Amino acid sequence: MATLSRPSDHYDSRPQTPQSLQSGVVQPKLGWRGWLRWFWRQLTSMRTALFLLLMLAIAAIPGSLVPQRSSDPNGVSQYFADNPDLAPTLDKLQAFDVYTSAWFSAIYLLLFISLIGCVIPRTKHHFQALRAKPPTTPARLARLSGFTEREAPAHTDAAIAITHARTLLKSSGYRVARFDSDTESSVSAERGYLRETGNLIFHGALVAILVTVGFGGGYGFSGQRVLVEGQTFVNTLLAYDSFSPGRFFDDTTLDPYTLSLDDFSVSYEQQNLQAYGQPIDFTADVTVTPKGGAAEPAAVKVNGPLRTNGTNIYLLGNGYAPTITVTAPDGTVVFSDSVPFLPQDANLTSLGIVKVPDGLAEQLGMIGFFYPTQDKAASGANFSSYPDLEYPLLTLNVYTGDLGLDDGVPTSVYALDTDTLTQKTGGTTDVDSIELKPGESAELPGDLGTVSFVDNNPAASAAGDFTKSVPRFASFDIHHDPTQIWLISFSMLVLFGLFTGLLVPRRRVWVKATTGADGTVHLQYAGLARGDDPALEAAVATLADRHVKLLKTHQPVVATPETT
Amino acid sequence: MNLTDSALLNSYSLYALYSAMAVYALAFIAFAVDLARRSSAVDAIETDEAAELAGAAPAGAALNGTAASAGGTLTLKRPVLSRISARMDNDAALPYGRSSSLRVGVALTVLAWTLHLAAAIMRGFAADRVPWANMYEFAMTGTLLIMTVFLIVLLRADLRFLGTFVTGLVLVLLGVAALKFYVEVAPLPPALQSAWLVIHVFVASLATGMFALGFALSAVQLLQARRENIALDEQTAPQRSAQRSTVASALRFRFLATLPSAATLENLAYRISIIGFILWTFTLMAGSIWAEQAWGRYWGWDTKEVWTFIIWVIYAGYIHARATRGWRGSRSAWLAIIGFSAVMFNFGIVNVFFKGLHAYSGL
Ligand code: HEM
Repeated sequence: MATLSRPSDHYDSRPQTPQSLQSGVVQPKLGWRGWLRWFWRQLTSMRTALFLLLMLAIAAIPGSLVPQRSSDPNGVSQYFADNPDLAPTLDKLQAFDVYTSAWFSAIYLLLFISLIGCVIPRTKHHFQALRAKPPTTPARLARLSGFTEREAPAHTDAAIAITHARTLLKSSGYRVARFDSDTESSVSAERGYLRETGNLIFHGALVAILVTVGFGGGYGFSGQRVLVEGQTFVNTLLAYDSFSPGRFFDDTTLDPYTLSLDDFSVSYEQQNLQAYGQPIDFTADVTVTPKGGAAEPAAVKVNGPLRTNGTNIYLLGNGYAPTITVTAPDGTVVFSDSVPFLPQDANLTSLGIVKVPDGLAEQLGMIGFFYPTQDKAASGANFSSYPDLEYPLLTLNVYTGDLGLDDGVPTSVYALDTDTLTQKTGGTTDVDSIELKPGESAELPGDLGTVSFVDNNPAASAAGDFTKSVPRFASFDIHHDPTQIWLISFSMLVLFGLFTGLLVPRRRVWVKATTGADGTVHLQYAGLARGDDPALEAAVATLADRHVKLLKTHQPVVATPETT
Repeated sequence: MNLTDSALLNSYSLYALYSAMAVYALAFIAFAVDLARRSSAVDAIETDEAAELAGAAPAGAALNGTAASAGGTLTLKRPVLSRISARMDNDAALPYGRSSSLRVGVALTVLAWTLHLAAAIMRGFAADRVPWANMYEFAMTGTLLIMTVFLIVLLRADLRFLGTFVTGLVLVLLGVAALKFYVEVAPLPPALQSAWLVIHVFVASLATGMFALGFALSAVQLLQARRENIALDEQTAPQRSAQRSTVASALRFRFLATLPSAATLENLAYRISIIGFILWTFTLMAGSIWAEQAWGRYWGWDTKEVWTFIIWVIYAGYIHARATRGWRGSRSAWLAIIGFSAVMFNFGIVNVFFKGLHAYSGL
């Protein structure tokens, strides 16, 4: 009854004999092959699997206590700043990269090697078991589960009784083998092979998931792109703000479709005072044009990515992009753009940077704050009291000097290095910051020129409705991940394997008929659970009842009524 | 729905919730009284048996429900076996029937559950969405589902002896929710507007209900195993056990004698926990499908994802332990206990104190 291919310390496998237990220890010359085999046996034992599983659970904990570079890079920087002594030590231990660390990887790789080593022999064995006949009926059934006895109706033939039992078992999905001798007939039956099949599918699908994640991810890419309303993006390498290809990804396979952001709409809660101003919907209305194809309107929402042309487009962020124009004193426009401002709080106080390297007497940098609904605190500081455009205001602090763009060092468009610049307005300069409402302009200090805050819908603003005065931007994550379909499929297999591997009962059942000296036929029934099987005893009892009933209805001559 | 209606419904929901808590508290008392009665019944039987062994006349059995036939011998005097379920005998050392306090406990639990359900439904209508979008609502609906799981399991298996544990657990969680997590009705932020919110959270709560019962059964199993060992010692090595007996009897819950054997409790715990494990596996998968839609990646080792994974691995370990020689029995029971502790940690601590993308506690 042992499944030999199961790890030897599986509770259901044959207990090791003292010799076999000792053989590893006592035999002095094991040889390298012997050692290798011993090591492999240890690695693929249930105890090791259990140990590695528990280690895996423990090893995953630190990653939730310490910020991780993969999911929270800013948190890591902050952690270094807050714990300057501890952080470098933790970093040496790979505590900020737990899930790619040597020790975490070692645990799961060992676990999966163990898993493969465990599953392959079991699979082989299971294929054999699927074709094998159920084993011979044990001599004594009385010691087995659910053992029960019945007297067959008079004039029943033992062999015929077993034929009926066999039919009954077969029709309930058992695989059967019958054994006949002079004194007794019996049928041996087994069902629930699906339990082991499910278990093997489950473990196999786990390996498949690991391999898919490990290698499949290399064939995809992810990129980010910010689009202001009205802008268009062509899916090519240079058009991305940032792009990270997988190891095996070939950029030339990028499919150059275009994506335009036509309109970005947000709706805010306006009734419920507890949640006033909380956004309740973000929708990016876009147009997608495949290469050489017709334009199609589509929408990208939070929780509603757009899947198109082999890529998935996710809406990850949004904000305002005030349109700012800088004009030189001679009237030439030296800067004109809608600049994405990064939101700083829930009411979308936003921070943005303008850099004008050319066309003016000096290089010009501006740090701007945008308040969609400007309000003034008692201290005199501006803040935004509502995220929608009710009373928009743009403030700008002007800097002149060297923007550092000519050194060939890449700089972020969202940051201004003020070390090499001179501040001209705001702060300690005694000159007020420039404050502009949509449609307004102001002189730049030092007769550099003028700056204007362009109103996108002056007519409505004139009537007091600013909601269309400033364009919005959306930031999109664009991914190509060829593994997703595989992962979903393997996950379904995992679930299927779990259901069957845990819930299908695997059991053996025997029916034995012995003919007594007086010609009466004595019936015995018993079962054996293979794995957890709560219903075994009830199943054996039901079988006995159905069998006797069947025998009675098939009685050619009804003799004296029987009592069981 | 207009705002005043919503506010009104929400206040009714609160009334219903506080009433449910009061009734759960009464049910808790009734279940605790039942355990106390079991203990004294065990005492009574043991003194009876001692007296009988000494040749005295049998006193009336103190047991309720299952009639003790007045027989001459010790074995006959034991009440007939009761059943845990259609498939399982109650193999308790001293089977014990239904005391009136047990019945009162169940009836009060059903009443409290009805109020609890009403509270959740009214909160849902007040908010015009499913009532599980912030910690307060998770706690309310999650405990409702734990209780639902318990009541449904009761229809199939007689686990009423866990009543004290389940009502106690739900009461504590609801108390924390109402006092610490309460927030006013607010609309769903876009990140939570997904069918997966419904599926993912619902299934996670069902799994939690299963794990809670598995935890309680495993804990009782450990106590029972200890009692069985002591009893064995008393038979085999009376002197040694006499030395221990003062300590042991102080820590010994006498009612354990009326509960199923450690082996039966272990099987029950396993069967319930594997259902929990299947549901948890689904929770994990549904969560990563949702994460893909909302955040553009299906797995990112966010703190909440990490803990969901840890819990999954612990229970996989538990299932393995049950199949590993030397780990069946008490050792595997400890894993079920650790597993449920991790579930509670994930809900109570990770949600509130850990940083991550799952910032929906509403706090
Ligand atoms: C990633 C690592 C693993 C996980 C998550 C895992 C999980 C599970 C789960 C959930 C079950 C019960 C479900 C079913 O039977 O279908 C199970 C059963 C089993 N696993 Fe694993 N396993 C892992 C690795 C291993 C390894 C390395 C071995 C071999 C040493 C192994 C051997 C078994 C066996 C023999 C059973 C059947 C238990 C029984 O008879 O009840 N597993 N495993």
